Amino acid sequence: MSSADDDRSAARRGPSRSDTPGLSRAFAHGHPALVVYLMAGYPDRGRSLEALREVAAAGADLIEVGVPYSDALADGPVIVRAANESMRANDGFGLTEAIELAAQFVADPGLDEPPPVALMTYLNPILRLGPEVIAERMRAGGVGGVIIPDMPPDVAEEWLCVARPRHLDTVFLVAPTSTPERLSKAGEMSSGFVYAVSTTGVTGERSELSDEIEALVGRVRAFTTLPVAVGFGVSTPKQAEAIAGIADGVIVGSAIVKRQHDLEEMAIFVRALADAVHSTG
Amino acid sequence: MSEQARESSYRGADSRGFFGPYGGAYVPETVVPALQELEAAFAKSQTDPAFAEEYETLLRDYVGRPSPLYRADRLAEAVRLGAVYLKREDLNHTGAHKINNTIGQCLLARRMGKKRVIAETGAGQHGVATATAAALLGQECAVFMGVEDIRRQALNVYKMRLLGAEVIPVDEGTGTLADAVTAAMRHWVERVRDTFYVLGSALGPHPYPTIVREFQRVIGDEAIVQLAERGVRPDAIVACVGGGSNAIGTFYPFLLASSAEDLPLLVGAEAAGKGLDTSETGASIALGDPGVMHGFFSYLLQDERGNPLEAYSISAGLDYPGIGPEHAYLHDEGLVRYVPVTDDEALVAFEQLCRTEGIIPAIESAHALALLPQLAEELGPDAIVLLTVSGRGDKDVDVVREAGIGE
Repeated sequence: MSSADDDRSAARRGPSRSDTPGLSRAFAHGHPALVVYLMAGYPDRGRSLEALREVAAAGADLIEVGVPYSDALADGPVIVRAANESMRANDGFGLTEAIELAAQFVADPGLDEPPPVALMTYLNPILRLGPEVIAERMRAGGVGGVIIPDMPPDVAEEWLCVARPRHLDTVFLVAPTSTPERLSKAGEMSSGFVYAVSTTGVTGERSELSDEIEALVGRVRAFTTLPVAVGFGVSTPKQAEAIAGIADGVIVGSAIVKRQHDLEEMAIFVRALADAVHSTG
Repeated sequence: MSEQARESSYRGADSRGFFGPYGGAYVPETVVPALQELEAAFAKSQTDPAFAEEYETLLRDYVGRPSPLYRADRLAEAVRLGAVYLKREDLNHTGAHKINNTIGQCLLARRMGKKRVIAETGAGQHGVATATAAALLGQECAVFMGVEDIRRQALNVYKMRLLGAEVIPVDEGTGTLADAVTAAMRHWVERVRDTFYVLGSALGPHPYPTIVREFQRVIGDEAIVQLAERGVRPDAIVACVGGGSNAIGTFYPFLLASSAEDLPLLVGAEAAGKGLDTSETGASIALGDPGVMHGFFSYLLQDERGNPLEAYSISAGLDYPGIGPEHAYLHDEGLVRYVPVTDDEALVAFEQLCRTEGIIPAIESAHALALLPQLAEELGPDAIVLLTVSGRGDKDVDVVREAGIGE
């Protein structure tokens, strides 16, 4: 499993109740993992903290905490709107605030075996505040890893140099357009898991969807032994179930953020997703 | 005059697209293969005589190149310089330097088998130039434009539609250029298989800054020949800088042709907007810090959390919070001087060129013109200056009238 899987680092991680840090433990439950994306600070800070506890209780195996950013190149309209709303509602909300939020959840997750937390942030906030400072704050706060959509492996060295010694996982993305060379690079350099994304989002028939994902997951597996999680714009438990039959994890983002303003509705939806994903495989 | 005695030591980007620390390709994985494909196709095109011939023929017969080098004597007298040579990109088909690049990139798209092109636009000049090249080459074209720019530049919106392009309004942020770039990139992430992204300035992820520079260097290459024909050596060369494509196109050939001692003073005019002491500015070199936006590392106007700030300038072509990575490098190396110019200074220079020479410049180009008096003071009354008039000002008459010029 993860290289961080030793006593010393577990002790250093402070408040986390889990003794197996890192993201890969999300994939060690004997069933496919449900990866839930939430927008930090949306609709406001307090309710986003409650949302973290709600999705943990509802069966999320890993939580991605999205960092609000004003120039989100790789996100769709639902997440962009939530990010803008978070920044507005909190009179500014960024990477520092998101790490604090995640740390607060890790310290008091509301259940015994909380899922690991990864941050999803664009690169510039890390550069602005300093990679080393940020990596240290993440480690101290019990964050398990990070996903940086505008940092492909080619320009990741500076970050990896400060993340690796702190046992922070760094997850790289692969896409249906990725060449074997790119898949190999992402597989080699990722830790925790590999994140497979769609170029086209979810369209049409379920069978079509499955074919494309199956092909991609198969190609990725040829290059890595890490778990492969898939984010294909999943919007229903049925779609989640279909993907769970193929991949190690199902990532759900927009469909959850769309409901994040209503904790009750969101929790019901996440529970349905978790049931669908966990019943597979 | 001694012949080119010394070799220039200037080099462009390294193989990963870095100019010193600047540039690179900070993009979602989805588009990495497309950028690699683009890099390979571009490299191949640059060694293919058939590509060069088609490109050059279109520049000559369709764009109207070479653009004239005009000695503006009345302007020189007014600003107390020995001579001012204007490189007249405003006389190109579609009225600006943008067409040099869009024809190059649309030809490249055709070679790569992409039948659909997209572009972002601020003032609308790059949008019109892309729509023009797409019509010429029979390509489907969609242009992303902020809603505020659509309001300010109604004429160019109509022109794009006349040329068969779809104009896609971007209602995010301030509805200006940076938002349009983001929307275009996001769309490209989704449609990368069949779509070519025609980027309009010398910025974005590698290899775009190099591609755009190579398609714009015709400005400086021609100027070198035209000046030599007249036996003239400029003391200074001036161009306006938003992303910086007309400026890099002007400067780059001089950087290659001159040793450090022979190099004329190179000056880039960036938009100070309402002033450096206000929040309404676009002066990314003067006020920015290095950071990543739109896929590249460069000077960037940003807040303390690392969010890019909204830039402002009276000129829709200069209100961009970043600057092309090669300019950031040239700034750090001390090879080009970047000087902020306010809206008001640009408006004065705008009117001056109208009155002294009968040329209505783009408000972007007026930022470069505004630096002439201070260059005269620094370099003396005999100094010779080359200045790129990047475009014509028809699109700006409403904005300039609102500012009370010419009334």
